Amino acid sequence: MTTQSAVVARPGTARVRRRRRIRHSLTVLSFMAPALLGILIFLVFPLFTAVNSSLHQFGQLNSPGVWYGLGNYKYLFTQDPFIRNAAWNTLWFVVIMVPAQILTGLSAAALLTKMRKGSSIYRTIFYLPALVPTVAGALAFVYLLKPQVGLVDHLLKLVGIDNGPLWFNSPHWSKPSLTLLAMWGIGNTMVIFLAALLDVPISLYEAAAIDGAGPWQRFRHVTLPSISPVLLFTAITGIIATLSYFTEAAVAASAASGQATVGGGASGSFGYPNESTLSYPLYLYQAGFSQDRLGYANAMAVVLFVVTFLVILVLLKRSKSFTEGAS
Amino acid sequence: MTAVTAPPAAPARRDLAPAPRRRRESTLFFVARHSIAIAVAICALAPIVLVVLTSFMSADQSLTSDFWPHTWHFDNYAEVFRKLPMGRFLLNTLMYSVLATVFMLLSSIPAAYGLAKLRWRGRNLTFVVIICMMLLPAQITTIPLYLWWVKFGMNGTLWPLILPNLLGDAFSIFLLRQFMVTIPQEYLDAAKVDGAGEWRTLLRVVIPMARPGIAAVSLFMFFSTWNDYYGPYLYTSQNDKAWTLSYALASFRGLHNVEWNYVMAAAVITVIPVMVLFFFAQKAFVQGVTLTGVKG
Repeated sequence: MTTQSAVVARPGTARVRRRRRIRHSLTVLSFMAPALLGILIFLVFPLFTAVNSSLHQFGQLNSPGVWYGLGNYKYLFTQDPFIRNAAWNTLWFVVIMVPAQILTGLSAAALLTKMRKGSSIYRTIFYLPALVPTVAGALAFVYLLKPQVGLVDHLLKLVGIDNGPLWFNSPHWSKPSLTLLAMWGIGNTMVIFLAALLDVPISLYEAAAIDGAGPWQRFRHVTLPSISPVLLFTAITGIIATLSYFTEAAVAASAASGQATVGGGASGSFGYPNESTLSYPLYLYQAGFSQDRLGYANAMAVVLFVVTFLVILVLLKRSKSFTEGAS
Repeated sequence: MTAVTAPPAAPARRDLAPAPRRRRESTLFFVARHSIAIAVAICALAPIVLVVLTSFMSADQSLTSDFWPHTWHFDNYAEVFRKLPMGRFLLNTLMYSVLATVFMLLSSIPAAYGLAKLRWRGRNLTFVVIICMMLLPAQITTIPLYLWWVKFGMNGTLWPLILPNLLGDAFSIFLLRQFMVTIPQEYLDAAKVDGAGEWRTLLRVVIPMARPGIAAVSLFMFFSTWNDYYGPYLYTSQNDKAWTLSYALASFRGLHNVEWNYVMAAAVITVIPVMVLFFFAQKAFVQGVTLTGVKG
């Protein structure tokens, strides 16, 4: 009798369980459907389209392509005379601009932790440049660094340097000028470092002081290990942001060259002067939209995807807490 | 002396120099610290001040290295509105920022809840994909997406930038999820004991508790759309009726052969709404910025 009722009861509970599971799936779907659809439409499909297009050659925007195999990639890696310059410029930004931003942000944050009075006023002032729209900031710096008549060259003249740099108008100084602009807007990095520095347990500093550690040793052996996860996070997100560096370089080049970024000829001033500010994304844009080299631009996009993805993998591997913590 | 070594009211963590020092030395440090801080503050403010001062100069003076306007041309601002359809640009920008923010909230809050508080297969994978989506450069998918929007006849409008937010914004989902994870499970369990379903729990319990996080992502979205240059450049550069303030600012130098004083006046007009918003919502903003980095 008991075995029989158990046999009868089991399909019932299984059905209840299955019904509950289906209802749970529907609930999850009701929360996640838009985002999942967004991933499909705005990430997966365009990625596949980009890979597919990169294997084709196109005559004009919107015309069907002709199979080209790995021809675009071959051209990219072995023949394109401009890609080496674009990749070099982006590498320059990664190697010089990102560390410059991190050092500035960390120094500003460290300075704020030392201020006992007026710390919040200084914090607001240091943060303010991050609020200025990118375009306005780039224009302000082109104006500030105008050769000869700009305020900075004017001040240099007052201290005896008559031939100040040509800044945004010199192929040698254009990237350092963009770096100055980047160092100016470090507000967000600073706020992140400030939180990390204030999180370092005071007892560690006290212990180090008892051991007779000086300021540099305290920084090296207490501060640095404590903030290293945040440092790594900032470095990697900084590198990734630099891989898509576009607006500042485009606006500064256009303003410095005296041209306007209007309509179809918009990308005419990209890279001014002498392609010295032509970053990889700018060149990609130029290839895709101004020169109708659709397949080639997509090949560039796929290469950019692979490089960025490798950097993201490092980030996900090294900072596990990023994805953990869900209950 | 005691005030330096042991500040009573200030949080103890801020005191990074606990070793007792002689008085003269600490005065020296005090002066040095403030001198550096003031120098940094001047560097931070100088470009902003220069923009504001130049916006009041005459066209001729704006071409010189002068810092202070000879005569104050307040009418530069009226002139910018006369030379350019600034009202339309402002309206376009507002439409872009407000709609994108509202759409983002509608789609991203539930998705963040699903990633933070619901258990389902593929959840961690989905979250990793969203992190990738947030970090990948926009240029990777730009060309295929651009061609699609052209097919839909949306080229020359701001809709290709607004509509995708209905399907979630990766950065906002990420940030909201990080925020919701910190809400103790007990609150959700209590709501469920009272018979609330997941949606009711989200609306009645989680959203009120996640209000600072929601404020932060809304601000970020508003700011990033207000400042966006790449998107409007991509889709509206051929149609000046759809331009936003940021894009117009970069473009109108050659359009009407406008001088630097007018460029700077337009820059000030673009910056002011952002600054005002920041001063009203500074706390939520800083909290949000911190959250993006500290979790790493």
